Amino acid sequence: MGPVHDIQYYLLKKRAFSGFISRLAKVQPLAAPVRRGEKNYAFELVTSANEISLPYIPTILPPKKYFFPQREVLLEFDTRRGLHAGPVGVAGPMTIFGVHTCDLAGIQCLNMVFSVRPRDHNYLIRKRKITIIGLECNDYCDEHANCALVNASLPSGGYDLFFTDLGDYFIVHVNTQAGDDIIDAVKQFQPAKEANLQDLAALRERKRVVFRNEVALDQRFLPALFDISFDGPVWKDLDERCLACGNCTQVCPTCYCFDIRDELNLDMATGVRYRVWDSCQTEPFAKVAGGENFRKSRLARQRHRYYRKFSYPFAKFFRFFCTGCGRCSRACMAGIKLKETLTSLISQGGEGPWKR
Amino acid sequence: MEKIVISESNYQIRKARIVRTKKLTPLETLFEIVLDGDRSLDHEPGQFIMVSLFGIGEAPISVASSPTMRDSFEICVRAVGRVTKALHALDAGDEIGIRGPYGKGFPIRIFEGNDLLIVAGGLGIAPLRSLIQYVLDNRRDFGKAHLLLGCKTPQDILFADELDQWRRRMDVQSEYIVDRAEQDWTGPVGLITTLIPGVHLEPERTFGVVVGPPVMYKFVIKELLAKNIPEHQIILSFERHMKCGMGKCGRCQIQNIYTCQDGPVFRYSAVKHMSEAF
Repeated sequence: MGPVHDIQYYLLKKRAFSGFISRLAKVQPLAAPVRRGEKNYAFELVTSANEISLPYIPTILPPKKYFFPQREVLLEFDTRRGLHAGPVGVAGPMTIFGVHTCDLAGIQCLNMVFSVRPRDHNYLIRKRKITIIGLECNDYCDEHANCALVNASLPSGGYDLFFTDLGDYFIVHVNTQAGDDIIDAVKQFQPAKEANLQDLAALRERKRVVFRNEVALDQRFLPALFDISFDGPVWKDLDERCLACGNCTQVCPTCYCFDIRDELNLDMATGVRYRVWDSCQTEPFAKVAGGENFRKSRLARQRHRYYRKFSYPFAKFFRFFCTGCGRCSRACMAGIKLKETLTSLISQGGEGPWKR
Repeated sequence: MEKIVISESNYQIRKARIVRTKKLTPLETLFEIVLDGDRSLDHEPGQFIMVSLFGIGEAPISVASSPTMRDSFEICVRAVGRVTKALHALDAGDEIGIRGPYGKGFPIRIFEGNDLLIVAGGLGIAPLRSLIQYVLDNRRDFGKAHLLLGCKTPQDILFADELDQWRRRMDVQSEYIVDRAEQDWTGPVGLITTLIPGVHLEPERTFGVVVGPPVMYKFVIKELLAKNIPEHQIILSFERHMKCGMGKCGRCQIQNIYTCQDGPVFRYSAVKHMSEAF
């Protein structure tokens, strides 16, 4: 008798991939990574496999945009009808194909944030309508990733199906009934055999060697390191380099700060109230009406960003809100690199368990 | 494409009607508001609401009246931003939107049986008026009550008529001080901190409740500590910019806490080490 989890694995031959994507796109709208210029990729709606680019390095924006859109209407109002605000329609069910483990981790973080009471129904309703198909990274995407540090280099749930490229076929882990329904509907899959599972195990074994802690630090000691680093010199260095453009927060899979704005139509009576991604890195973010700014310096704002990834959420949710995707380092115009910041923290942290 | 309708949005507003306005100063107006269906707001003193004007936006405003007044509630609004300026253009009969109440108010149950030293600077009187009215409406449930109120000039005094009523009561000790004044002002002139040393209090059973502009806290807290009031008995309320009021948008975050959900009322002992608090 084989391992009990055998029934959760299927195969998809590479030559059947094209047919799979075409059929999947017919079930409901399908988003997947698409190439957008040199080293740039984006999740976009596709209908055929030749639009999809595999392998890919993390997309400019994470798939967060489907769960928590950059611009999302909260209310539609019509002031001619008194103070009338109607319910809002949002896009229907969809599938996202090719979500890397870093971005799966990002979605898991946002799920926690938006289900804390008072629950955010806009997010939770969208979330329930999205089917997620993950895709394993067999190697590092580039030098900016730090997924091993935050335990996001191997799959740990958060998907309906999970694809791993094993040469001339994908092995597919079925994690939910929604995933199994795709297997049934698309009819391109065959059950995995013991040899396929051994191939998968061999890949994971190889990955454990390739994906090593990207900074010289055991992740268990990250919160303690941040506990002693609030007044450390590294933040002064970031203060001098940061341009306060907000790129790092715009591309982050776990940033969720937003602004709420009203937009009046030309009839001066109807309009929408919408929320739009905002950034704690911009100067007026923590400013109050009286004029005081509680995070006036770029030092305080950059420090806030790092603490919101490695310290504050760890106390609240028992997980890091850095997924190791590397987007903030890739997008920074001033060349601020997350791995370098962490390395500086370690060297400035003096003696402690984080020093190894 | 199939559309999903979100009809249970947290951002849906409750309709409300302004029933009375009272201009307190050129900048500040008091609005009395009734919720649609004559329902009670059912807030705690120290909580805030999001006031909503379609086409303009929303702003967090603390409730300035006691929950003992159930048919309506009041907000004291200073015209400083887009929403608050637009609000000042409205009058009795106009409709506005309300979300909330949000946040943690003053720990009234813990105050009961104890003495209160309430220190209000400027517009800080707005949330504290809710507490003061509540204490006066339930006067025997609390110990001694000292009110120290201050603002820039006599022309900036908010709720002057109520202040006179409080002065006439035998169960409240109140003093009003202004930073600077012309000759017709007979009260004290100076900073509010100068009133604190003269207050006779039993520190172990006194709660110091302080609301005012950010710059005021440091100096007032120093005086309260000098009176031996314990740090956990010093209660503050923080002003922050807020968009959602539900602990998500990030505007009001002080390190790891959200002012809108964890506050706006905090014990000094809980926030004294936070670099972004004061």
